[in-house]
Amino acid sequence: MSPLNIKQGSTSHSAYDLRDPYAEVIEAHTLAVIVDNEPGVLARVIGLFSGRGYNIESLTVAETDHTGHLSRITIVTRGTPQIIAQIKAQLARIVPVHDVHDLTEEGPSVQRELALFKVAGKGEHRIEALRLAEIFRAHVVDSTLESFVFEMTGTPEKIDSFAELMRPLGLREIARTGVAALSRGL
Amino acid sequence: MTQAMTGARMVVQALKDQGVEVVFGYPGGAVLPIYDEIFQQNDIRHILVRHEQGAIHMAEGYARSTGKVGVALVTSGPGATNAVTGLVDALMDSIPLVVLTGQVPTFMIGTDGFQEADTVGITRPCTKMNWLVKDTANLSSTIHQAFHVARSGRPGPVLIDIPKDVQFATSDYVVKEKIKTGHYQPKLKGDIDQITRLVEMIETAERPILYTGGGVINSGPAASQLLRELAEATGFPVTSTLMGLGAYPASGKNWLGMLGMHGLYEANLAMHGCDLMINIGARFDDRITGRLKDFSPNSRKAHIDIDASSINKVIRVDVPILGDVGHVLEDLLRIWKSRGRKVNKEGLAKWWAQINDWRAVKCLTYKNSTSIIKPQYALERLEALTKGMDRYITTEVGQHQMWAAQFLGFEDPNRWMTSGGLGTMGYGLPASIGVQIAHPEALVINVAGEASWLMNMQEMGTAMQFRAPVKQFILNNERLGMVRQWQELLHGERYSQSWSESLPDFVKLAEAFGCKGIKVSDPKDLDDAILEMIRYDGPVIFDCLVEKHENCFPMIPSGKPHNEMLLGDADTQGVIGAKGAVLV
Repeated sequence: MSPLNIKQGSTSHSAYDLRDPYAEVIEAHTLAVIVDNEPGVLARVIGLFSGRGYNIESLTVAETDHTGHLSRITIVTRGTPQIIAQIKAQLARIVPVHDVHDLTEEGPSVQRELALFKVAGKGEHRIEALRLAEIFRAHVVDSTLESFVFEMTGTPEKIDSFAELMRPLGLREIARTGVAALSRGL
Repeated sequence: MTQAMTGARMVVQALKDQGVEVVFGYPGGAVLPIYDEIFQQNDIRHILVRHEQGAIHMAEGYARSTGKVGVALVTSGPGATNAVTGLVDALMDSIPLVVLTGQVPTFMIGTDGFQEADTVGITRPCTKMNWLVKDTANLSSTIHQAFHVARSGRPGPVLIDIPKDVQFATSDYVVKEKIKTGHYQPKLKGDIDQITRLVEMIETAERPILYTGGGVINSGPAASQLLRELAEATGFPVTSTLMGLGAYPASGKNWLGMLGMHGLYEANLAMHGCDLMINIGARFDDRITGRLKDFSPNSRKAHIDIDASSINKVIRVDVPILGDVGHVLEDLLRIWKSRGRKVNKEGLAKWWAQINDWRAVKCLTYKNSTSIIKPQYALERLEALTKGMDRYITTEVGQHQMWAAQFLGFEDPNRWMTSGGLGTMGYGLPASIGVQIAHPEALVINVAGEASWLMNMQEMGTAMQFRAPVKQFILNNERLGMVRQWQELLHGERYSQSWSESLPDFVKLAEAFGCKGIKVSDPKDLDDAILEMIRYDGPVIFDCLVEKHENCFPMIPSGKPHNEMLLGDADTQGVIGAKGAVLV
């Protein structure tokens, strides 16, 4: 949260930029980067983050427009407002980058991640795991007598909390896709 | 009409279509088909270098002195890796280059083949953009696109990696008018509202300063003209970064000299004390700002830059203007004139009085000697004896570079070639050859230190072979002068590895290369020696033995703000704290 307790992302809809430009507050931003689907483009984007010391919390990429030959990279990153602005400017000047959207700043957005959990256990633990999976709307996609694989889609926070609950119940492995995000509305 | 041809021929055809006249390069196994095509034509001249790093610096010198795109051609593996330093140098200083590298055939890529290196992987962070062309059908369009990318927006080096089988294979040539330059079309015009805001500030500012950089020169000669017009019409003082020297003439009455770590006292204090800073095509580099917290604390700042990532990167500005310097200055002048050409005359008069007080300090004063040549004196004489000539200056990196920037005057853009951002020792000699190839009749002087000069001295062979009469003006102190200066100021005078023993006899070295060598050590002989150098019709290695322990002043020590400059040796006791010592 900013020092003024203004919700992140609300500023672009205000007539004034209410954030303190010098604030050392670390914010998480979700960026959607539209790029040419060509070899080396992802390496250029990732190289920018490692070369300039920026964080990547999550990164997903796939072709989203086959005829237009475009891919969408969704990056969750953290930094002060100045660093975030700099990341966006640096991304935008990469030649094969078409567009950079800051979903956190541009208004409300939906963020989803898919995760698979392998949970091993017998007896009470196994039943408890199933019960919690139901509450979290996770699906069983594989089952043996001693294990389940659950599939779940949700926000990263939801996946984190489910993982926490599964840990004492025999959580063995997690696979996560990273965040995919779209702005709400048109 | 499409025309089928081999990839190798396509390369030569595409270069011709892009108006390329000179290619700097070095052959090798993976580029032999292209060299075969070069052999069979006369439109493009090839300059054979002695090391691939030299090829890139020559292309840089060519590009910076002409405003055109420089082109280099090197082979795979070591050819490409040797080019890396030059690529980063061009990237940091925004120099447009197209570099072509050979690659092992596509079916061998990834097998650790002979002279194979992951060239696009290695050079990705060293280029504005690079491509590995795997299909001859894409080769000509990629080359045309490469030229578009290199020269558009903030210029920079691009690289095309061409496997040998792609050079042999045949496909249809795509003419340059047919290619899609795609979405990459950087914005040239600035936002009129922001420009108007800046005009309003110009009308009222009491203590304004124009802080100009390499962007003015990259924008083209018209931008320099507009800058001059702006400065004359408003009466605002002008300072410049190392990269921007010559955009505003050194003889101009508003000229304060270079700013920054070794910039002039009046320029740095004006930056510190101004109330309106107009950054035109510069980037608030750390050599300029000193301690960020105390950088020009009481000014409103405007920044004109074509690269959005340069704006608000380290210094927060009040008026960001994204656009090409020439286009923005044109709009700025038009709006300012239409609103009645207003400036704060009273404020400006006081401001100039203050600046003249600072000028009176005469910060470039040094103690001359009758027995030994002071490096500053050598440059003063060089300036006096070459002033008014059709002159181009390149430099290596170090003390001599800063003295050259302080003591030589530049009246026009594109006359001063120096490695600013990367600080590449070994830049000046090959760059001077590139400049001379572009301007065969001009006087081209590389102001050098002996240590830097040795880093690429093999290129004297290139100068001889292609009759480039470059003058190598070496200020020889038998030391790594700038390293030595920092060790004196920061490391308790422990001169670790900062001297050069076993230096060559530069006169004999000149003879060995077949050019002229001149050695001078007595100040009385200096003028005659310089005149002899200028008059000699061919390359000269000029060995000027200078004071060995001279320090370069003024100096803003690392971690200090602009108003804490050192003006001479007497100021230096204990000035750099532990915090400053970790900075470079």
